[in-house]
Amino acid sequence: MSMSNSEKVKKFLINNTVPILFVVLLFFAIPLSGFSPEYLANEMITRLGRNSFLVLALLIPVMAGMGMNFGIVLGAMAGEIGLIFITDWGVVGINGVFLAMIISTPIAIILGFVAGLILNAAKGREMVTGFMLGFFMNGVYQLFVLYGMGNIIPINNPKILLPRGYGIRNAIDLVNIRQAFDSFIKLKIGDISIPVFSFIIIAILCIFIVWFRKTKLGQDMRAVGQDNDIAAASGIAVKRTRILSIVISTVLACYGQIIFLQNIGTMNTYNSHEQVGTFAVAAILIGGASVAKANISNVFIGVVLFHMTFIVSPRAGKELVGQAQIGEHFRVFVSYAVIAISLALYAWRRQAAKNREIKAVLDEQNEAIENRGGSQ
Amino acid sequence: MKNSIIESIEKIGWPRIIIGLFLASMFVIAPFVGVSVGTSISDVLVRFTFNGVLVLSLLPMVKSGCGLNFGLQLGIISGLLGAVTSIEIGITGFLGFLIAIGVSIPFAILFGIIYGLLLNRVKGDEMVVATYVGFSVVSFMNMMWLLLPYKSPDMIWGYGGTGLRTTISVEKYWFHVLNDFLSFEIGGVYVPTGGFLFFALMCLIVWIFFKSKTGTAMTATGSNPVYASSSGVNVNKMRLVSVIISSIIAAIGILVYEQGFGFIQLYMAPLYMAFPAIAALLLGGASVGKATIANVIIGTFLFQGILTMTPSVINNIIKSDMSETIRIIVSNGMIVYALTRRKKARG
Repeated sequence: MSMSNSEKVKKFLINNTVPILFVVLLFFAIPLSGFSPEYLANEMITRLGRNSFLVLALLIPVMAGMGMNFGIVLGAMAGEIGLIFITDWGVVGINGVFLAMIISTPIAIILGFVAGLILNAAKGREMVTGFMLGFFMNGVYQLFVLYGMGNIIPINNPKILLPRGYGIRNAIDLVNIRQAFDSFIKLKIGDISIPVFSFIIIAILCIFIVWFRKTKLGQDMRAVGQDNDIAAASGIAVKRTRILSIVISTVLACYGQIIFLQNIGTMNTYNSHEQVGTFAVAAILIGGASVAKANISNVFIGVVLFHMTFIVSPRAGKELVGQAQIGEHFRVFVSYAVIAISLALYAWRRQAAKNREIKAVLDEQNEAIENRGGSQ
Repeated sequence: MKNSIIESIEKIGWPRIIIGLFLASMFVIAPFVGVSVGTSISDVLVRFTFNGVLVLSLLPMVKSGCGLNFGLQLGIISGLLGAVTSIEIGITGFLGFLIAIGVSIPFAILFGIIYGLLLNRVKGDEMVVATYVGFSVVSFMNMMWLLLPYKSPDMIWGYGGTGLRTTISVEKYWFHVLNDFLSFEIGGVYVPTGGFLFFALMCLIVWIFFKSKTGTAMTATGSNPVYASSSGVNVNKMRLVSVIISSIIAAIGILVYEQGFGFIQLYMAPLYMAFPAIAALLLGGASVGKATIANVIIGTFLFQGILTMTPSVINNIIKSDMSETIRIIVSNGMIVYALTRRKKARG
């Protein structure tokens, strides 16, 4: 089927409305903010290294037709538990980061499995359930970390324990592993420093995802994502496949959070994971993904556009209305609004398609009835 | 015999039984750890009157099949606009409170129409869309609270600052106008009669509405949209009306909350306000597709009971404040549980 050029352009514009809007927004906001190109480039590279892994964790559940996995918050919590242990034991540097990953992997697998079971029970409303599950598990995490650690689970480092003897402090200084990944292989071009090792890890994950799509499991997931019934009829264990997609996503999110926090260097024990889901989902949607379709390029375009908006909007807000606070509020608004609009547009299109389908079936029936009436 | 016990437990619902027993045990333990039962009961009653109307506001949307109103913040924002406008006008007492309600209703209708039209286009995905619509509106209003031209010195930042404060006291205006009406004390228990009367009035209005022709049509829409549509009910219109009514009641609900609590909370405060209200309704035995006024009353009582009793009792037992953690687990766990229930009630 060949398309004329104007049709192609139109289709491109419709499919990429959100990223284009952000490019336009940034086109005005960047000059307003007055940041230097070097500063912006530096920030962008840091943030790509810091956030891409977490956002990539969203891709696999989308393949399996489960939408945006707001439940990656669970993986983030698992990663933080690993970081608490290695800080307690005083493991330093890149070994510490890897050890944290090893410790938190089984936790992430269990959490992902539980989440998968719950999301299977809540079929059809996975996203809101995953979202609420994040809130619920936050309570369980608090119970575990604030009341269990130092009490039932041995923690000895007084620097991370609350003065009362149990429970972890609000903020943990990750000085032992600060930027252990980022500075493992250093590269500096001009004033711009590049966290080469973090990018290598991200590249490996991308290759993994590309390879994974072609495996039997990956194919099964895509089939499940297309249509549950057809997938089941062709002998795919639908429930198991869905659970596996969430387990993989949770484990990846766990590594993603560890990479994120080694870059930041401090961990807010009870808040660092809270917004992980929202920010990652906002980023991938800004990158042009939808609930049913997301690929690797959406991740990187999204991280760049989303974080550029994040960096420039307070300054732009200050220049525009004299209050930096407006810009701060604006960027929060943008991340929520973009999710709301993308989810609504997707649901809207789907409903419209469904209505058309129903109408087509009805028309056909009517026609058949009329024809029969004519022949008699 | 065994079956009938299991049956009745299933009927009441496990969460309600567990939470009910937990709450009862709290009241039993309370006197032994030095917590006054009288004060506790007063607190539960007072908090019941703060929150009841907000929980009630969820009812119309559940009945019309729009699901749990995760976008409750839209109604709340309308209420907040009414509250700050009433204070700007500066009339105190019950009249000031009525003005706040009067101002908030047109906003609630306007927001309700837009929100309802949107929800009609995203059937099946209402809840997740509503969650983020609610968040967007709250964060959008963050900018508005800074920019709107309110001038009352009781509300704006001091020292020549611009914009509204994060918390605004209603002490000088309509603090406890409902709760203190005909209130009395009996055996150390303070009873906020006015609050209860107002809540009862709101329940009555909602109850009468659902007995009316429109109300019946709305219930039919929720329980079987295809059937309702074939018997001549305009499904989309019914859903829209339910969203508007929900928003209006939510606007009134937040005003009732503020007159009791004593403060108007702006900016990020309303962000998560939908969740406790939803949890309360579910705790009362409602599901995603079915709810009654009894669910509202029982749920608000149980939920507020837990919120009141756990801090005081648990703190006295283990000497540390676990109430926040328990609240998070109970309320969000309740919502997750409800979302995983299949829709058995259909048809």
